[in-house]
Amino acid sequence: MQDDYRFKIANREALIGVGLVIFNFIWWFAFAYGMGSKDPEEYSYIFGLPDWFFYSCVLGFIVMAVLVAFIVKKFFVEVPFEEEVEGTEKE
Amino acid sequence: MNWEAIIPLIGFLIIIFGIGMYAGKFVRSSNNFLDEYFLGGRSLGGFVLAMTMTATYGSASSFIGGPGTAYTQGLGWVLLAMSQVATGYFVLMVLGKKFAIVTRKYKAVTLVDFLRKRYQSKWVVLFSAISIIIFLFSAMAAQWIGGARLIESLTGLSYTTALFIFALSVLIYVTIGGFRAVALTDAIQGTVMFVGTLVLLIAVIIAGGGISSIMADLMAENPNLVTPFGKDGSLSPAYVSSFWILVGVGVVALPQIATRAMSYKNARSMHRALIIGTIVVGFIMLNMHLIGVFARPILPGIDVPDTVMPLIALEVMPAWLAGIVLAAPMAAIMSTVDSLLLLVSSSIVKDVYLNYIQPKASPNRVKALSIGITAVLGVIVFLMSLNPPELIIWLNLFAFGGLEAAFIWPVVMGLYWKKGNKYGALASMLVGVGLYILSDFNLFTQPFGMHAVVLPVVVAFFAYVLVSLATQSKGTNEMKI
Repeated sequence: MQDDYRFKIANREALIGVGLVIFNFIWWFAFAYGMGSKDPEEYSYIFGLPDWFFYSCVLGFIVMAVLVAFIVKKFFVEVPFEEEVEGTEKE
Repeated sequence: MNWEAIIPLIGFLIIIFGIGMYAGKFVRSSNNFLDEYFLGGRSLGGFVLAMTMTATYGSASSFIGGPGTAYTQGLGWVLLAMSQVATGYFVLMVLGKKFAIVTRKYKAVTLVDFLRKRYQSKWVVLFSAISIIIFLFSAMAAQWIGGARLIESLTGLSYTTALFIFALSVLIYVTIGGFRAVALTDAIQGTVMFVGTLVLLIAVIIAGGGISSIMADLMAENPNLVTPFGKDGSLSPAYVSSFWILVGVGVVALPQIATRAMSYKNARSMHRALIIGTIVVGFIMLNMHLIGVFARPILPGIDVPDTVMPLIALEVMPAWLAGIVLAAPMAAIMSTVDSLLLLVSSSIVKDVYLNYIQPKASPNRVKALSIGITAVLGVIVFLMSLNPPELIIWLNLFAFGGLEAAFIWPVVMGLYWKKGNKYGALASMLVGVGLYILSDFNLFTQPFGMHAVVLPVVVAFFAYVLVSLATQSKGTNEMKI
């Protein structure tokens, strides 16, 4: 039972979650503090919002939403949750 | 009284009741009462799952101050709030399929159930149940106060009457409908929040003469409001980043979230919930907090941050529309209260009573007790909210961080690390909660100015790993996963 094939899939998907959150954090942090640390007088504006905010929060959110949708559709595997007999079949 | 704003709100409450009744039918006809009442028979589909998760996170943000704080701090607080986008995918991916499979195998209905089966330790269970009862009880009382204040400010009724109306509506439908009622209404409330914040944001932008002119006004008032650093430059990158733990990834360990992560029907529901959840959480967080910031030039000088949402809605929109839109924060508060109420009662009935007091209780007795305790808890919280004691407010601030410090490693490592055992889990919980409470008394400084939750979570991790490794030779009989 330790080698339930479903757990391999589950482990991989959990790692993808960790990877995504690290990517999300870096994107968010780099744009916010990379572009936002200069004098506010020097900010440029996109759709009326300061550039650091637009890239970090607005674009960052859109990028994450698209990325999550893509990864889930492409790499996530549907497995049964209930106990079943043919538990050793390969993905 | 502002009837034009009140009528939509009443309509909303009536719809909610209807759902409670509808869901109650499932509870009455179910042959597995505990599974149905506390988990909705593990049958949630993708949309409902995403929405119930969102509505539950949505209130985690009212915990950190929400739009009112954004009003005070400017764009820096919106940046902080956006750390919650991570919850939309992270929780379901990390607990994920493993949690869904394992909790089914264990027949676990609550987070504590899972811990009990995984670690086979009475002390782990009792400590968990106590943490949940204390921390969530206090979180709940504060939410009730918030709900009552909203009704009070909208209707002009007295605080006590408002609290009474709020309490009654929550109690009736939680008691009859159980988790399915909560999840279904969460789906409606999540939708109301989604649409409501969008409508309000647009109205605010129009009232402020466009985003550019709002930004120019903010610059003119205080340039710090458009930087990531808060009104006086005090939001340091380390402090803001540490919210990624408090309201981002740490949310994995909140019992109300974990319960949802075992309630869905199948892998397809989970996949849909991941996509919908990420979009909806991000969208609501961004809009809700931007409303707070944009409200500032339109309505300067609001002293009580909690009143920013109702005041700005009544300012920029016709009263009837404001009533509909204000159903959104009301929705957020109600959905939190409902799920917390259900959790605390499940902790008492399932985790303590059924495990250690009367394991052979008959199904009918369990049923009567579950409904009875939920109702009694509601009454106690009501009485506490009438005249909130100091301690409750203090505890509420700690509820989220405390639960995260207690549960994050026993849950996550318990799922993915075979060597984790009850000694490690207990050490991790004691160290996490202990350090977290101590850090409030400023007994030591927070490294790099981070939020008080960070250090306990880090130390609890090492406690879990080291103690588990050190006690490998002791034959423990926990279930292998």
